[in-house]
Amino acid sequence: MSEVVLETFGLVKRFGGITATNNVSMKVTKGARHALIGPNGAGKTTLINQLTGVLPPSEGRVQLRGRDITSLTPYKRVGLGLVRTFQINQLFASLTPLQSLALAVSSRLDAARRWWQPMGSDSVIGAECEQLLAQFRLSEHADRVTRELPYGKRRLLEIALAVAQKPSVLLLDEPAAGVPAAERRDILDTVAALPDDVSVVLIEHDMDLVFSFAKRMTVLVNGTVLTEGTPQEIAADPQVRAVYLGETKVNHG
Amino acid sequence: MSGKASALLLAPARWRRWEYALWAAIWAAPIVFTSHAALINEIAIFGLFALSLDLILGYTGIVSLGHAAFFGVGGYAAALFAKHVMPDPLVGLAVGTVLAAVLGALTSPMIVRGTDLTRLMVTMGVALVLLELANKFDSITGGADGLPGVMMGPLLGQFTFDLGARVASFYSLAVLFVAFLILRRVVNSPLGLSLKALRDNRLRVMAIGLSVNFRLALIYTLAAALAGAAGALSAQTTGSATLDLLEFHRSADVMLALVLGGTGWLWGGPIGAIAFSVLRDLLSSFTPQYWTFWIGLFLVVLMLVGRERLFRPWTWFKRSGS
Repeated sequence: MSEVVLETFGLVKRFGGITATNNVSMKVTKGARHALIGPNGAGKTTLINQLTGVLPPSEGRVQLRGRDITSLTPYKRVGLGLVRTFQINQLFASLTPLQSLALAVSSRLDAARRWWQPMGSDSVIGAECEQLLAQFRLSEHADRVTRELPYGKRRLLEIALAVAQKPSVLLLDEPAAGVPAAERRDILDTVAALPDDVSVVLIEHDMDLVFSFAKRMTVLVNGTVLTEGTPQEIAADPQVRAVYLGETKVNHG
Repeated sequence: MSGKASALLLAPARWRRWEYALWAAIWAAPIVFTSHAALINEIAIFGLFALSLDLILGYTGIVSLGHAAFFGVGGYAAALFAKHVMPDPLVGLAVGTVLAAVLGALTSPMIVRGTDLTRLMVTMGVALVLLELANKFDSITGGADGLPGVMMGPLLGQFTFDLGARVASFYSLAVLFVAFLILRRVVNSPLGLSLKALRDNRLRVMAIGLSVNFRLALIYTLAAALAGAAGALSAQTTGSATLDLLEFHRSADVMLALVLGGTGWLWGGPIGAIAFSVLRDLLSSFTPQYWTFWIGLFLVVLMLVGRERLFRPWTWFKRSGS
């Protein structure tokens, strides 16, 4: 098995009397195409929020490339290469895609604190933005205000902003959610074209997308890891079938 | 095509022709309207104050109803410094600016947390606390009587402040101009762009690896410093510091002026200050008691109709969305 990049140890998150994630331990290897699936309310988003530092876990630890990051603030984790996209677009509505990407690239190059040099005077940043715009099929829309872009393009920008960080682990939270069929292809293509050395964790309801993309899957039910395995193993697992066919009697691990 | 993206990114930083023209007109004002130098001085100070509010309200989205706190601190600091230490205006200006910046840095943790309503109340609270402190410690501030008779030395050792406020108006305009030039650079830098990003979406600012709190604190401190400079100019050029520097209406007026001029494009402060002062002057000569009625009515119309539409009469009778 190749090197483990992201690992959790017994993550527990309680909200009052509700346990949203219960003792979740999982490993993401380098270059993984790892899907995290589970019914609504299974704790997927809570888990992501603990990975990215938005929520502090009640118990357990998160480790990135061997380093304990459990108590790091979200933006510092991004600096270490743990980057996410959001299920609901979180964009800079009044900036253009070009400006948004320039900011993301500046952040990675530690140039976002420059306060005297105009944005754009650094040709390295400009060149990288052009490349990202082309990669995410946004070149034609580079100079339009983000709030005026079609939804599918905004969704692409959502992913492009994360990729601009050159992440070592990329968490994609339902990247294709709400995208009309005509624009879906763009999203799937760009996700499939992510560099091989990036570990991708995909949270998705769309099983076609999950099975075409993932090489490894973790199934989360009621905050607990039900099982983990290859797509073939998961597809054949009677417990998983029971969950997805709506039967509620499931033996929790 | 390499360089295209860089050119597009650089475009907002380019000076427009009308900007040169407007600055030329502003600089010509005290020469042309010699008899109105005192008003021009007042407008320049107000413009600087509104410019500093634009930095936090327009660029970063921090609402404040207590910006007078920094204006007042700058004003009292400059007046006390002139009275007790030395009368040089530029050194006094620096002292007022730095002290206001210190207060901004100290109070910035309070605006980092909470919602807009929290910030509105916290900023207002800080200003009210300072107002009452200035009132109470009358041995230092003169309390309700204020600190009259602040004597300033000559500007740069050469230009004595005259009764006609000619020197004062050039002095205040110069400070406004320098502040504008600096901010013009800052808002178009990566840091400046990250402030706009912050206004749009804090969550995403974090998600691209930038510290939100650092930016909020930094910009709040910078805005406080500029407001302090405006306050210092006010105390120096009027030769007094009174409780009026810290009054609530000052925080409210500056927000009105900025909204009149438009937020988030730097010119909103200076233009708003000019519009507000000229409107007040015109309206109060025509209806001395009821001028606020007209300003109020204008604001309501401005907000409801929208600036874009109000200043483009040719769009009034077109259907929206066409």
